[in-house]
Amino acid sequence: MKIIVNGQPVETGARSLAALLEELGYGGIVVATAVNGDFTPAARRAETELKDGDQIEVLAPMQGG
Amino acid sequence: MEVYGTKLTSRLLLGTSQYPSPAILADAVKAAGSDVVTVSLRRESGVERAGQGFWSLIRSLGVKVLPNTAGCHTAKEAVATAQMAREVFGTPWIKLEVIGNHDTLQPDPFALVEAAGILSRDGFQVFPYTTDDLIVAEKLVEAGCQVLMPWGAPIGSGKGLNNRFALRSMRAHFPDVPLVVDAGIGLPSHAADAMELGYDAILLNTAVAKAGDPVRMAKAFRHAVEAGRLAFEADPMEPRDMAAPSTPVLGTAFRS
Repeated sequence: MKIIVNGQPVETGARSLAALLEELGYGGIVVATAVNGDFTPAARRAETELKDGDQIEVLAPMQGG
Repeated sequence: MEVYGTKLTSRLLLGTSQYPSPAILADAVKAAGSDVVTVSLRRESGVERAGQGFWSLIRSLGVKVLPNTAGCHTAKEAVATAQMAREVFGTPWIKLEVIGNHDTLQPDPFALVEAAGILSRDGFQVFPYTTDDLIVAEKLVEAGCQVLMPWGAPIGSGKGLNNRFALRSMRAHFPDVPLVVDAGIGLPSHAADAMELGYDAILLNTAVAKAGDPVRMAKAFRHAVEAGRLAFEADPMEPRDMAAPSTPVLGTAFRS
């Protein structure tokens, strides 16, 4: 399945958002996620199924003004 | 000052971006005496994990964080970013930025009011980055905002208070709403100017981060904000067009 993660195409076998985060090395770190422009809380990542073409955002704390 | 029921000891809110190093950022926050710093969210790589070190540095400073929605150009983007920030930073505070123009980084007031309403109804405590337009400000207050953050000048421009008249009007129009000048401050004298107008606080970033010595500049801003506030509380004299001798005239020598 081909999806977009942070603007980059990714080929993945992960079926859920939680599995995708593990696969891409985000396990155990502080991030927030959105699927197709909508915020997806951490508590719902395991039940959030991915489909071809989904656009995923994975964000973390960063400097800001 | 108090915002959304939280007492702040410092009237200087500091951004965390563009410092020469994390150590200088930490020292600048301490020198500024700020108890609120602004932070943001950006795309994270599962390999580099750049955000994690920054977040542990900020937590070590023991300050409150005010996450922003910088870079958002629509109400929908800003709302989603705010929701993500609330989960990551564990705060209902959000500095709401919805940018309407790339060159001026001017807020889009229509999308700003829309997003402020959605977020306020969802339990957020919204700090809107806005212009000095009174009607927009009224709509933001109606939408649930209990603090207003008008720009002094465009973000990063360092031009100071572009429209003192409008900022004075805003202060007069909203005597009971905490007002923070956010953006455009370049020098401590600009910050003092805003505080002398009766503004409650100053939010700045570039003026400190891009100074040759950010820590020293942070200290300068701390003094300027305190001086400006003291001056406002002391009720400044009215300026006049003609001179008025400060030394008593009575008893002057060599006068008949």
